[in-house]
Amino acid sequence: MKTVSTVSTVSTYTLRAKHRRSTLRTLAFLSPWLIGFSVFFTYPLISTVYFSFMQYDGFKPPSWTGTKNWSYVFEHYPLFWPALRNTLWLVVIMVTLRVAFGLGVGLLITKIKTATGVFRTLFYLPYLAPPVAATMAFAFLLNPGTGPVNSILEKTGLPAPGWFNDPTWSKPALTLLALWGIGDLMVIFMAALLDVPKEQYEAAELDGATPWQRFRYVTLPNISPIVMFAVVTGVIQTMQYYTQPLIAGKVASGVIQGAGTQFEPGYPDKSTLTLPQLVYNLGFQRFDYGSACVVALVLFTLSMAFTALLMRRKGGLIQAGDR
Amino acid sequence: MTQLLDKPVALKPPTSPAERTAHRRAFLEWIAVHSLGIAVALFFTLPFLFVLLTSLMSDSQALSRDLIPHTWEWDNYRRVLDTPGFLTWWRNTLFYAVLGTALTVISSIPVAYALAKFRFRGRNLALMLVISMMMLPPQVIIIPMYLFWAKQLDLSGTLWPLIIPMAFGDAFSIFLLRQFLTTIPDEYLDAAKVDGCGDLRTLLKVVLPMAKPGIAAVALFQFFYAWNDYFGPQIYASENPGAWTLSYGLESFKGAHHTDWNLTMAATVLVMAPVILVFFFAQKAFVEGVTLTGVKG
Repeated sequence: MKTVSTVSTVSTYTLRAKHRRSTLRTLAFLSPWLIGFSVFFTYPLISTVYFSFMQYDGFKPPSWTGTKNWSYVFEHYPLFWPALRNTLWLVVIMVTLRVAFGLGVGLLITKIKTATGVFRTLFYLPYLAPPVAATMAFAFLLNPGTGPVNSILEKTGLPAPGWFNDPTWSKPALTLLALWGIGDLMVIFMAALLDVPKEQYEAAELDGATPWQRFRYVTLPNISPIVMFAVVTGVIQTMQYYTQPLIAGKVASGVIQGAGTQFEPGYPDKSTLTLPQLVYNLGFQRFDYGSACVVALVLFTLSMAFTALLMRRKGGLIQAGDR
Repeated sequence: MTQLLDKPVALKPPTSPAERTAHRRAFLEWIAVHSLGIAVALFFTLPFLFVLLTSLMSDSQALSRDLIPHTWEWDNYRRVLDTPGFLTWWRNTLFYAVLGTALTVISSIPVAYALAKFRFRGRNLALMLVISMMMLPPQVIIIPMYLFWAKQLDLSGTLWPLIIPMAFGDAFSIFLLRQFLTTIPDEYLDAAKVDGCGDLRTLLKVVLPMAKPGIAAVALFQFFYAWNDYFGPQIYASENPGAWTLSYGLESFKGAHHTDWNLTMAATVLVMAPVILVFFFAQKAFVEGVTLTGVKG
């Protein structure tokens, strides 16, 4: 469009027509998303804010309650603070371990010179396992009674924890499951590691740098944007963490029924509660849509705060494609 | 194993002592790296193996601590497939995944193209909104969405509330495709324009053929998303077993067979298998796609 101003012979009328045509063209191409954005994003968001001030059970018409839902969630709803504490635990421990392990496996795969393809596929495969199936598999592997992991641990004389049945071990068990599905991070780190300029390693070697020093002063500075990316997206994923803790709790507690309204999430002892589960608990088990919307808005605020962090990052998501 | 060891030994014999030490160090490093590789590979594969072995055990043995089946009960798989509903869940999942993927791809391409190649005011804002949508946990908007689909359109008990929105672009797919399309040089588009192609023809005849790997990656991700989705079917389909998907049905299967780990693990294998098969056929597109999301800084 910039060239337009230099063409002085074209009348402003045709210019405007041209401009209008290009706007129409843009709108036409964007139209599916414009509808999606309005109907499936903006409208429900505004509606969520509206319902958070309403008393609504889906049957009687909604009625205004002011901030009652808000004070209920923050002061009286017994599951809110445990869920938030669990989220913090997962952010600090699970995300850190996932990034560290993902980087470690990525490094390892770049060093493996024989049968690289086989190793890479094996490392990657668990990432693809459907979450319900993977959680079911781990609930079996780690079940304290007959699970293979505890069988092996006991045979070797090591302590055999209760995993998904023990409040102190349920989150570590979920962490193991999350480390098993590290494939996405491995691939991302692998690509980043292969992008580090070879000359820098050669120069470091000439200076007599030890392998650790090479990692610390050459590798790490080069891949630090990707590490940041992995941490922030990891935190955002943790905000959405739903299926695995829910299924793990249900399977371990033995309370599984199709459309179970009785199941109290978070087994054992609220240790696997996460915020998304609260939205389900309040909205679809207790039919308190107003309070469910309060939790939804807490979740929204946290996710968007970290998304903003991701977008502000230098050379962040948006520019990345424009190189 | 012996085959793996051939390589470093096959190097030409070292001559000087210094060269010999360097050579030995390289060999030791090779051993260390590959041993570690095998250990890590065990961590990733043993769970699959234990699941597979348990799925072939007899009912009584599955309750024991044995790791390896005494008798191989292949019949377990038939018992799972004969469970009322299991094949319906399969069909529903396939329907949701295939139709959802097709709609997502068709509706996301023009949007991604506009965001990648058109210049217009508000483009960056639009892109930021796409990213925000992508990062939004689905639970945030579920209450109004559920009320909309269930109370106003009376579509609960079906998968349509999950499929219809996919006809209006999916944020993650738009973002991923847009990342891919920006790598296509503008010269191709200009050349097409000089040849008299309109925007739509340029997209269909020039851009799409070049964007095949990106489209393949997006299609795969979306297919996997739908196949794995638990929350969506839980909200909309739970009241009607005729609309359940595999992920949702698997959980109730466990409920009905809560002590039969062998059958539950056989069902788990049957849910995992298609995804893994698809991966083997489309490995390259998939790994490329993941790298694209990772975004080289």
